[in-house]
Amino acid sequence: MTGGDLGWWGVLVAVLGGAIRLSTPYLFVSLGETLTEQSGRVNLGLEGTLVLGAMSGYAVAYVTGSPWLGVLVAGGAGALLGLVHGLVCSLPRVNDVAVGIALFIFGTGLAFYLGKAFIQPVAPRLPHLALGAWSRYPQIRVALEINALFLAGGVLAPLLLWALRNTRWGLIVRTVGDNADAARALGYSVARVRTLATLAGGFLAGIGGSFLSLYYPGTWNEGLSSGQGLMAIALVIFARWNPVHCFWVSLLFGGATALGPALQSVGMTANYYLFNAAPYVLTLLLLVLSSSPRHTLAGAPRELSISR
Amino acid sequence: MSGVAAPGERPPLVEIVGMTKYFGSLRALDGVALRLAPGTFHAVLGENGAGKSTLVKCIMGYHRPDAGRLLLDDRECSIENPRQAHRLGFGMVYQHFTLVPSMTAVENLVLAMPDLPAVIRWDEARARIDAFQRTMPFRVPLDRPVATLAAGEKQKLEIAKQLFLGRRVLILDEPTSVLTPDEADQILGALRELTREQRLTVVLITHKFREVQAFASEVTVLRGGRHAGGGDVRDLARGDLVRMMIGSAAIPAPAARATPGPAARSAPGPALKLRDVAALNDSGVLAIRHLSLAVQPGEIVGIAGVSGNGQRELVEVLAGQRERQSGVVTVGGVPYAPRRADMRRHRVFVLTEEPLDNACVRGMSVADNLAFRNFDEPPNARGGFLVSRRAIREQAGDLIARYRIQAAGPDAPLETLSGGNVQRTVLARELSADVAVLVAQNPCVGLDVAAAAEIRGRIIAARNRGAAVLLISEDLDELLELADRMLVMFEGEIVYETPREGADIHTVGRYMTSRT
Repeated sequence: MTGGDLGWWGVLVAVLGGAIRLSTPYLFVSLGETLTEQSGRVNLGLEGTLVLGAMSGYAVAYVTGSPWLGVLVAGGAGALLGLVHGLVCSLPRVNDVAVGIALFIFGTGLAFYLGKAFIQPVAPRLPHLALGAWSRYPQIRVALEINALFLAGGVLAPLLLWALRNTRWGLIVRTVGDNADAARALGYSVARVRTLATLAGGFLAGIGGSFLSLYYPGTWNEGLSSGQGLMAIALVIFARWNPVHCFWVSLLFGGATALGPALQSVGMTANYYLFNAAPYVLTLLLLVLSSSPRHTLAGAPRELSISR
Repeated sequence: MSGVAAPGERPPLVEIVGMTKYFGSLRALDGVALRLAPGTFHAVLGENGAGKSTLVKCIMGYHRPDAGRLLLDDRECSIENPRQAHRLGFGMVYQHFTLVPSMTAVENLVLAMPDLPAVIRWDEARARIDAFQRTMPFRVPLDRPVATLAAGEKQKLEIAKQLFLGRRVLILDEPTSVLTPDEADQILGALRELTREQRLTVVLITHKFREVQAFASEVTVLRGGRHAGGGDVRDLARGDLVRMMIGSAAIPAPAARATPGPAARSAPGPALKLRDVAALNDSGVLAIRHLSLAVQPGEIVGIAGVSGNGQRELVEVLAGQRERQSGVVTVGGVPYAPRRADMRRHRVFVLTEEPLDNACVRGMSVADNLAFRNFDEPPNARGGFLVSRRAIREQAGDLIARYRIQAAGPDAPLETLSGGNVQRTVLARELSADVAVLVAQNPCVGLDVAAAAEIRGRIIAARNRGAAVLLISEDLDELLELADRMLVMFEGEIVYETPREGADIHTVGRYMTSRT
């Protein structure tokens, strides 16, 4: 084997590297959605949040020259959409699924409208750790470029799980999501807790968006997300509302997304578009396998509209 | 620790004077008075709508009374909201549990603490709870998710939670409705012990005379929002309490139980037979297993059991709302698939529990709901296709009159009717035709004494006409009144059988919570 050619091993390395690189948006959106759903509400608008986060993060990074400021603004834009979702859903007889779809369309539309001017310019990228510098294979060096947001997400997932189990607000969020009457009897405002949980969820999804435009692929255009925000919502169901499971399932989805390009890199160009559809097929497959007409989903917060 | 009173602290003297509350033009509460000496076990008795809930919600700060005063140890207090009521030492245990099902007992107790810290020290909380549990007359499993506890344990945990939070006046709203008689006795006995030690004042809202007479020291009876009587329980006989509770309203006499009708005597075998039936619940766990039973024509077979032991799934299997995993159901000796055609051919009718949610369409009119069984048959439909509104309205007019359904008219949406009238509507639909098999679950829940007696009478009448009735109920008194034969269902199986004569309430109660 000569340097620079790993043969079929290259596919595996590219898929593993892709899993790390491409999982970050899934991870942030699914962590955000887990938090929102733990409070008993579904936010289907996170695809719109992701795209708006990508656009606003890119624009701010380009204008200020600071990618991290872009990440922060992307989170802020996501939080704003989450706040709108939370407040509208707190009105009587409002359906969270319908509001989510409306905000999905609104968020993408707004991002396309405001983002027209930023398709050409080049914004600074987020930094990464080159953990593969020891290797003489460029494929391995690329695969082991670990981006900063992935590391942040990897810390955030267990932290969120710990917080849901061991902190006051974690217990309150779970109470509101599992038995709203109990929460009311304890004197907590169900609408307020859910609104805040949706806001926080939107913040994380917005950060996930900034990863798309500021790290990989690292540009802003209208075809940037291709449904990753929606798949991340499905991923939450498969992860059984557990943040740490979200981390592993995000890696799986990232790997599936990397499959098409990885095969192309070794010259397997036949059925390129078919392999690119792997994450969508995976989504369908996981949802079919994890659900059944005979029983409700284990671990689902009982106040969620899908578990009633 | 803050929020939790010292063990020796005595409950206050509570006096309520002239409590009045209007909802719009309806006077829900009219000048009611209540005096609770420290350590009293006080029962509040009344029908649905008598004002019991309104009274306690005024005390707990959920409603602002329009008039009336509340005195604590001779000091006047006004309670603006539930939090303030909690600070003054009032606590409430509801009929439906307010525990978080996915959390353990420890988590639920910690969650209720008023001084919940930002990061919870579980070891410290656990030590506090263990110390507290040693002062209690009963024990609760602390480390299992509440969803896996039995109803009696959940209710104990609710009460423990109130005491843990230092509440000294405990209001319990029908706390035993989901418990077996023995569980109820155990819990009420423990509460009585706490009142005797002067650690607690108890207000028990109930409609069960047995509990009033066995446990309460004082009783107040409400009727139509007014004080209808009361006093020391020892001075009042059961008849006195019934008279105070229902006033001059006439209760239909229990329908006479004819010897099994002519159909029964000539019938070759059981009308309804289940053999080895199994079904899953919503979580995919076996809720019914190896269930076999038979009901003869002209017989009422009662199934007793604590709710959640497969009764709902059994009814859903018979109503065609749930697939069965295995087993055979026959009606009149012929295999029965619960589809519309089979139900019609075999004349099988079902009264599910909570009919507004399970067997009706809320937004549709009374007339349409009454026509669910036969809207596609002549004369309601021509050619099995075109529905005749007029025929459906005529049928509705007739049933509304015969079953005395109180509605604004046949076109009123069903959800505008009271619970009793929804029940009558479903009963009219399911009993109006010639019934061979009737399956009924908790048919009288939430009804007043007169309406319940009427509906029980109609079930007996159907039996006398030769129907095979399978009655699934959580109300043992109802089963003892209606059933010819009684079965007990526990964890999805029939574990005990007894004829009505000689049925012993404590034996039945024991089988409701164990196999032996």
